[in-house]
Amino acid sequence: MTDVTSLSIAEINSGLVSKSFSSRELTQAYLERIEKLKSLNCYIEVCGESALKAADECDQMIKSGRRLPLLGVPIAIKDVITTKGIRTTCASKMLKDFIPPYDATAIIKMRENGGFVLGKTNMDEFAMGSSTENSFFGASRNPWDTARVPGGSSGGSAVAVAAALAPASLGSDTGGSVRQPASYCNVVGLKPTYGRISRYGLIAYASSLDQIGIFSRTVADCALLAQSLFGHDPLDSTSVEMAIPDLSKEIKRGIKGLKIGIPKEYLIEGVSKEVLQSVQDALSTLTQLGAEIVDISLPHTEYALACYYILALAEASSNLARYDGIRYGYRSPQARDLKQLYSLSRSEGFGKEVKRRIMVGTYALSAGYYDAYYKRAQQARTLIAQDFRSAFSEQCDVIACPTAPTTAFRIGEQSSDPVQMYLNDIFTVPVNLAGLPGISIPCGFDSQGLPVGLQLIGKPWDEGTLLRAANAYESSTDWHKRFPEV
Amino acid sequence: MIGEDEVKKIALLSHLNLEEGESVSLANELNSILGYVDKLQKLDTTSVEPTSHVHGSKNIMRPDVTSPSMPTELALSNTPELSGRFIKVPIIIEQNGEN
Amino acid sequence: MEYETVIGLEVHVQLSTKSKIFCASSTEFGADPNEHVDALTLGMPGSLPVLNKTVVDYAIMLGLAMNCEIRNFNRFARKHYFYPDLPKGYQISQFEEPICERGYINVSFSPDSQRPIGIKRIHMEEDAGKNIHDMRTEASLIDLNRAGVPLLEIVSEPDIRSPAEAACYLRAVRQICRYLRISDGNMEEGSLRCDANISLRPVGEMKFGTRTEIKNINSFRFVEKALEYETARQLSLLKAGKQIRQETLLFDSASGSTRPMRGKEESSDYRYFPDPDLPPVVVEERWIREIRSQMPKLPEQISKELVEIYGLTPYDAGVLTSERDNVDFYLAVYDVCQNAKAACNWVTSELFGALNQQGLDISTSPVNAANLGALIKLIDSEIISGKMAKSVFEEMFKTSASPQEIVEKQGLKQITSEDEILSIIRQVFDANPSQLKSLLEGNDRLHGFFVGQVMKSTGGSANPKKVNELISREAQRLAGK
Repeated sequence: MTDVTSLSIAEINSGLVSKSFSSRELTQAYLERIEKLKSLNCYIEVCGESALKAADECDQMIKSGRRLPLLGVPIAIKDVITTKGIRTTCASKMLKDFIPPYDATAIIKMRENGGFVLGKTNMDEFAMGSSTENSFFGASRNPWDTARVPGGSSGGSAVAVAAALAPASLGSDTGGSVRQPASYCNVVGLKPTYGRISRYGLIAYASSLDQIGIFSRTVADCALLAQSLFGHDPLDSTSVEMAIPDLSKEIKRGIKGLKIGIPKEYLIEGVSKEVLQSVQDALSTLTQLGAEIVDISLPHTEYALACYYILALAEASSNLARYDGIRYGYRSPQARDLKQLYSLSRSEGFGKEVKRRIMVGTYALSAGYYDAYYKRAQQARTLIAQDFRSAFSEQCDVIACPTAPTTAFRIGEQSSDPVQMYLNDIFTVPVNLAGLPGISIPCGFDSQGLPVGLQLIGKPWDEGTLLRAANAYESSTDWHKRFPEV
Repeated sequence: MIGEDEVKKIALLSHLNLEEGESVSLANELNSILGYVDKLQKLDTTSVEPTSHVHGSKNIMRPDVTSPSMPTELALSNTPELSGRFIKVPIIIEQNGEN
Repeated sequence: MEYETVIGLEVHVQLSTKSKIFCASSTEFGADPNEHVDALTLGMPGSLPVLNKTVVDYAIMLGLAMNCEIRNFNRFARKHYFYPDLPKGYQISQFEEPICERGYINVSFSPDSQRPIGIKRIHMEEDAGKNIHDMRTEASLIDLNRAGVPLLEIVSEPDIRSPAEAACYLRAVRQICRYLRISDGNMEEGSLRCDANISLRPVGEMKFGTRTEIKNINSFRFVEKALEYETARQLSLLKAGKQIRQETLLFDSASGSTRPMRGKEESSDYRYFPDPDLPPVVVEERWIREIRSQMPKLPEQISKELVEIYGLTPYDAGVLTSERDNVDFYLAVYDVCQNAKAACNWVTSELFGALNQQGLDISTSPVNAANLGALIKLIDSEIISGKMAKSVFEEMFKTSASPQEIVEKQGLKQITSEDEILSIIRQVFDANPSQLKSLLEGNDRLHGFFVGQVMKSTGGSANPKKVNELISREAQRLAGK
């Protein structure tokens, strides 16, 4: 028997139905491997007992002939998504003992489709970071080189899939937090259109940019999960009622005549030559598959990072005001009066990067600065979204570029300079600003053996085309079949 | 440029304590971040509408219908300090919220 | 120097929706602590707000009633401050774009003095929870049942010129809200709350003086008292040549004085920004038309009609329109009896008197409008006398029976037949020959004596008007003989 932990969801489905193995055996195999590879530090909490119980229930259902897209599949969940009765920490001391009394809508939908929670994965505290180093529970490690970061903020979820510690996982993407670690870890990472997956139960970093995303080994698995999780939720006013195509069918259509736009503004300094080469090769492959490459321009790209950081940090300062040690969360035992209760609980409960971002965000919203920062950033956002709109309406169907300027960097290498750190997100943030779907897929390795990701960006609500292009590429390459030696 | 005093003011608004000497290093970091984002000031934003909701949705509302609340015990299961069914905090000096 | 008082009020009205403004928890008053809380009420991580449409309906309705412009493009903003009763660390409110602006209401300060008071803005927001302070254990206890209950904040222009006027304005606001049935306006339960801005300026001066703000005034009486105290305090400072300090004050109802609020020294910077969790609310003309078509007549309009069409005095019109239930009752009585004056008298004196005595109100009245109207009809068609009617009314109030039933059962019908009355008069004349002689000699005082005798012998059931008439006629006949 092949190792069940190396199977895709599609393979798991047929294995379970043909009784080659049970969901319990699959779950058990994952639990053992997780235990063995603890040093990657990608799980904050492993839900062994509840996962095995859920697996048994799934096995019963399979026996009785039930068929569901995710039936019997254990899934790893970034610890920013609330799970009823399962500790949800956001990798913060602030929520280190928080047990949500409710499930996120995405979790409910996952369960309805037969999936269950394998464990909660490590991340940058409150999803603030690009390396999964800023975690109260310690940094996660990249399975391709354990001295390097897996990217972030959903680093744990990326590692779980890359190192075969889960068949798939959920993350969240505010400025690239799914796509960038997917690229660093050689897995598929999808950030859907803003409003596609309910944010109810996704602990907010920046509400107007946050979106739950999917990590998987293959594009087909990604489509399967997307189909299960997409849809309007009456509990999230920003989720949108939009038709959802049959994605598993959609991805199989070829890409003949598909127009792929290459933004000239993305050829900036600081992008590694090897990354560029891999992306160039990928474009050639896509051309051979029938796609047409067109040059496009996104003239406001240079403002994207500045715009993103103001919006994200301002919203974060507001979203994190609720952590005051009163109703839930960390409460400083030192506090003698109410003022101290606030300031000590927050100062002791939040990590350094979180505090820094709250401070910047508070400043950007404070009296006298709102127009210069927040409002101006919202205007820049309009211009950036317009750039994409005109490119998509006149020139191309999808846009291609590197997911990140470099491959994975060393732990500790970049955390000293916040601005330098933020530059990692240069190719991913414009997508969040414009609310578009984006996907990172494996497209090669650099000379050090580190994975490179190709980012494809689609029109709003057009995940179908995006996944179709990704699937066409994946079908003619085998980068995604490479596993790290851990 | 943000000075130390401004950092202290922001810390107060954010209810975050600054450690000894931290206001200086924070002022430097904030200035470096703000220096970077200042490039937005170059942008001509005349007659550009600000975007709050990227897909322009509107009038998302629910009917005035109640559904059962969470059982109080579950709702307060994460609360650090309770007094019966109340959430307990150190005494509030003045009787005023903002309303 | 003469000074003029300038007052503006900020009134918070709690809306009587079933569920909270942004979640489906109940708004019921008086539940056990933290009974009506869910993830959003607690500000739990990951919870999200969804707007209750009825809140917008009510805001539009109040705006129309207060002659405001209704904003087309509405947004909610987050207002940040830390307080234990504010679960998210911000209140969802409206900032620069309130749903209603630039309106006015006509306020009657006395039956013959009325003036418009400007409404600067009305906006939607969520209420905070409640804190109970326990000095003994040095703790405050938080109950979040109220957190998230919908509020409309109504901000007046500084058009109010005295504490008494402020109370009148506040009553008028309450009256309108109750007419629209968007709030019960109960100050004791906190569904109506008031902050007041007050300043003084020399008469004739256009510029406003430095103002103070008095927070959380929780009864009509205290509004007047607090403002009177503050007027006097500011006046004595100004007369002594001192400056007024712009500050926030609390009214202490026990001592009847105001004092500066502590704990407000931290400069407040609310860092408003549009709430990214809530898409805008666009109010199209059609929505406004729909709300307008559902609106009842307002007290000002009804009051005018009662005076001009029904011929009531402005005072009576004022009494009847104080509550929508009262005027609805009155109009229902009128519909049956078609006698505006009598209906007014019976409703305002007999019925209100009886209800008052029993501690009841119009909604729990044992006498319904149809029966009261029928009673007045019985009087007007002279089936019973006014005096009989009072005892019938007492019976109606006791048993809720219809006046017809009572009259039938007790045989209370008035004698109106001339023949019948005339024959009784003749009997009475015969029984009192000396008095009759005196009457016929022109002693008019004896007319009353005979009326009394006739009424007595009929047990009061003879129509007194007819008795009067017929005694005169019969006496003349006898005298002319």
